[in-house]
Amino acid sequence: MSSRTVAARPGRFGGYGGRFIPESLVGACEELERAFHEAWGDTAFRDRLSGLLGDYAGRPTPLTPALRLSAELGVTVLLKREDLAHTGSHKINNVLGQALLAERMGKRRLIAETGAGSHGVATATAGALLGLPTTVFMGERDIERQALNVFRMRTLGAEVVPVTTGSRTLKDACTEALRHWVGAVDDSHYCLGSVMGPHPYPVMVREFQRVIGDEARRQVPAVPDFVVACVGGGSNAAGTFAGFLDTDAALIGVEAEGGAAVTRGSDGILHGFRTRLLQDAEGQIAEAHSIAPGLDYPGVGPEHAWFASTGQARYVTVGDTDVVAAVHRLARAEGIICALESAHAVAWLINAVAAGEIPAGACVLVTVSGRGDKDMATLMELA
Amino acid sequence: MNTLEKHTRGVRDSGRKLLVPYVTGGLTANWTDYLHAAADAGADVVEIGLPFSDPMLDGPAIQRASDTALARGATVDGILRDVARLDLRVPLVAMTYANLVFRRGAEWFCSALRDAGVAGLIVPDVPIDEVDELSAAATGLDLVLLVSPATPPGRRREIAGRSRGFVYAVSVMGTTGAREALPATAGELAQNVKAVTDLPVLLGFGVSSPAGARAAAARADGVIVASTLMQQVLEGASPADVGVRVAEMRAALDGPDD
Repeated sequence: MSSRTVAARPGRFGGYGGRFIPESLVGACEELERAFHEAWGDTAFRDRLSGLLGDYAGRPTPLTPALRLSAELGVTVLLKREDLAHTGSHKINNVLGQALLAERMGKRRLIAETGAGSHGVATATAGALLGLPTTVFMGERDIERQALNVFRMRTLGAEVVPVTTGSRTLKDACTEALRHWVGAVDDSHYCLGSVMGPHPYPVMVREFQRVIGDEARRQVPAVPDFVVACVGGGSNAAGTFAGFLDTDAALIGVEAEGGAAVTRGSDGILHGFRTRLLQDAEGQIAEAHSIAPGLDYPGVGPEHAWFASTGQARYVTVGDTDVVAAVHRLARAEGIICALESAHAVAWLINAVAAGEIPAGACVLVTVSGRGDKDMATLMELA
Repeated sequence: MNTLEKHTRGVRDSGRKLLVPYVTGGLTANWTDYLHAAADAGADVVEIGLPFSDPMLDGPAIQRASDTALARGATVDGILRDVARLDLRVPLVAMTYANLVFRRGAEWFCSALRDAGVAGLIVPDVPIDEVDELSAAATGLDLVLLVSPATPPGRRREIAGRSRGFVYAVSVMGTTGAREALPATAGELAQNVKAVTDLPVLLGFGVSSPAGARAAAARADGVIVASTLMQQVLEGASPADVGVRVAEMRAALDGPDD
């Protein structure tokens, strides 16, 4: 696993990725691709983004040695604390980048989809910061279970539009945001929340999120044996992995058992890109089911599908019960209440140590993608 | 030249505007009766939607029609079995999304369409940049490509050059769905496409009334009418009711010049 290469063709990750979108959106994606590449190569843009990530979002986020959990498990656990970034999750990294880009392109509005609400809150925040009116599409079912984040978005001045079609979760919010974008493409930027969607989103969002992995790489005392992150669309994992692709660390993406597109899916096309999907034999998309709304997605970013096919990263699953137990265990051991999404990474760690997959004394980096405040209602129902 | 394109060119060359109504496959138990009603009422081609769970380019009416059909248990296989038994006097074009096409392979999918007697295929989330694989598989089928108001001139020419059967001109920047009136840019788009191809150019999206159809066809070779008809069916319209609506559109398209 020594040399890892990047995809040869822009927008392609092996056979995955691409741009499967209506003709009406092609121009907007091409414009975005150009704008991103120009901006990413422009020191002034990079400086402005770095400035905001520091002065506004609170980066760099700490790398916390989880001392008591490490002692309990007999391994060294290092936590990359994205829960401490402004708005409470890694989503702010991507959103600040995209909002600055939207401004640079002269767009006057932001559109976003959200599942758990973390990306919606981050987008609403960036919209408020830059004075860009923001519309967030959110499944009706997620609106019920993430009421706190809905209220946060509205407090920030965003419009939250309930999506009542299909499974009424993240998949449908994404479809609805794309539909809306088709009709608003002139003045609106679609601020997609993960490493998915048509090119250039998977590449662009990974680049905006690679700050997680790049920082962690500088913060770790030595290259860890394992680098672990949860995967829904997969943006915190993509950002984390990006910092360790040239190392021998085992990269582990943890999917929700009920949303395991890499582990249990098959090749398909949804939301503008080719990837692995939960679907039936004819190609109808299946509904994902996870206690973590941010992982309730039947697909996965194309780079993860590609990493899985080449073995550059390994993808595993954990179930809701283990996830809830992991939230409690991390809270009691370290005083950190992580998001249900992030708890998937913690749960795998605990399970893998128990199963002997992680040898005693190993060093494990776990990205805590977000904080758990938003999930308190869900956990209260279970208590 | 395949059967669809021979037919569309023939109709256009005869001086008649093409009328292409759409029906969601499997929407009702008697869904094929709507195809007959449309054909009998003067449709030149009938478009069949193969319902997909996540129709990205469709507005509320087609979304609901797709959901309803899927909830009834509609499948590609079942719809194509129904189609294979039909004896319709006009060609059929299938419209669906990329995932249904590629799930079992573009080759497999196109040959299933051909075996069922379908003459053309429209896949709105496969733009020309991604079309090679599907194009190669679609021998004997006319693969209809779409242009939108946002398509720049050079690309418009390229799309028109690779489209078969007709060129589908998307009248508005938006999803499918009935609209009061089409923007003036719709006619302009149709005219711009016609300037770079001798294929028939049909306007679709938002054509919802006989007057709207007539207005849209003024600078195009015809119209595609979908959401307004599916809305009617969702509200309980019978095949005969839909036939009346299609006949009204036919009459409006055929009416004497103003």
